[in-house]
Amino acid sequence: MKRSKMMELGVGLFMLAGVLGLVFLGLRVSGLTFTAPADTFRLEANFANIGSLKPRARVTMAGVTVGRVAAIELDTDWYDARVVLELDSELEGRLSRDTTAAILTAGLLGEQYIGLSVGGDPETLADGDTIRDTQSAVVLEELIQQFVSNMVSD
Amino acid sequence: MIERVTILGRRGCELLEALGRAGVFLFLSAVGIPSREGWYLWLRQMHFVGVLSLAIVLVSGLFIGMVLALQGYTLLVDFGAEQALGQMVALSLLRELAPVVAALLFAGRAGSALTAEIGLMKATEQLTSMEMIGVDPLRRVVAPRLWAGFVALPLLTIGFSVVGVYGGYLVGVEWLGVFEGSYWGNMQASVDFIGDVGNGMVKSLVFALVVTWIAVFQGYDLIPTSEGISRATTRTVVYSSLAVLGLDFVLTAVMFGGLN
Repeated sequence: MKRSKMMELGVGLFMLAGVLGLVFLGLRVSGLTFTAPADTFRLEANFANIGSLKPRARVTMAGVTVGRVAAIELDTDWYDARVVLELDSELEGRLSRDTTAAILTAGLLGEQYIGLSVGGDPETLADGDTIRDTQSAVVLEELIQQFVSNMVSD
Repeated sequence: MIERVTILGRRGCELLEALGRAGVFLFLSAVGIPSREGWYLWLRQMHFVGVLSLAIVLVSGLFIGMVLALQGYTLLVDFGAEQALGQMVALSLLRELAPVVAALLFAGRAGSALTAEIGLMKATEQLTSMEMIGVDPLRRVVAPRLWAGFVALPLLTIGFSVVGVYGGYLVGVEWLGVFEGSYWGNMQASVDFIGDVGNGMVKSLVFALVVTWIAVFQGYDLIPTSEGISRATTRTVVYSSLAVLGLDFVLTAVMFGGLN
């Protein structure tokens, strides 16, 4: 009977360790937080070219991550890309109406992300508004093409 | 020529029969409400296939995480991207290595033992004696082992991942000097709980079912001689390894194939 108690304890500890491991994987490895998903608000931005921007990419402001790309879809009215941004709710009502959004690249070959920079307009963007002033991703081929055609015209 | 085709046909029929037997066997032993004694039998098997497999699984996980970090670092540092080390270690562990390697180790450590144990019970007519006294060997012998394997392997896989990520941390951060914040930060930014941890767990559940099923069925279905037991034990390890690796490809294609 003594031995079976030890065994039960061992199995119990084993299962407990498994559950704790799963919690570790959730919190530490995949960075789950217990904040309610309602803590964000949405903005839209239309880009002529998003390059290789993907959903879940970072949205930064002065280099600080303030949100994520929620969705990317084709806007069939203008035939450009409509990007839905999910931003921290503490920024709601604080971004001026002339905020600009640019698609930037981390390092030379890194992932692409969106950088926001505020303007000076006293009116602010609310949930669901669209950022008008956007800057598309830099596509290397286009850059080289421009460079070559400039050289030729000189 | 016709004889060859006949042999092929016979093999095909035998294979189908074996699959059918294995299916009925799985259904009969896994479905049903366990008695109080059944819980206790399950507990004993959990101790044997789970707790006693911890050592080999955790040590392997630690070394695999360390090696991943070492190899990843030498590759990534050329591109100045060693900050992505945590992401690389965590994703390769969670998505592929932890479920697959834990299942392979489990097949070698616990699966072969299950086959040999049940096989010896059959060879010494213990299973027949149980039937004689009105105890169903499927419920008494096979079901606890099946369920114990099904529960234990996912837990072992979690342990493997955790220890592997920690091993990557030891080598990457403590030894090679990757910045600690970017190791965890990039990991957290790129690992999705449902998409990566969850899918890894689904893989692990599938492998657990397949490996334990093969192990107990091979034990139950073998020819009851010493040679039969040795063959069945070998077959358990070979079949479950092949099944795990093949299924892993299929599952990866389904889960991550559409990922761009």
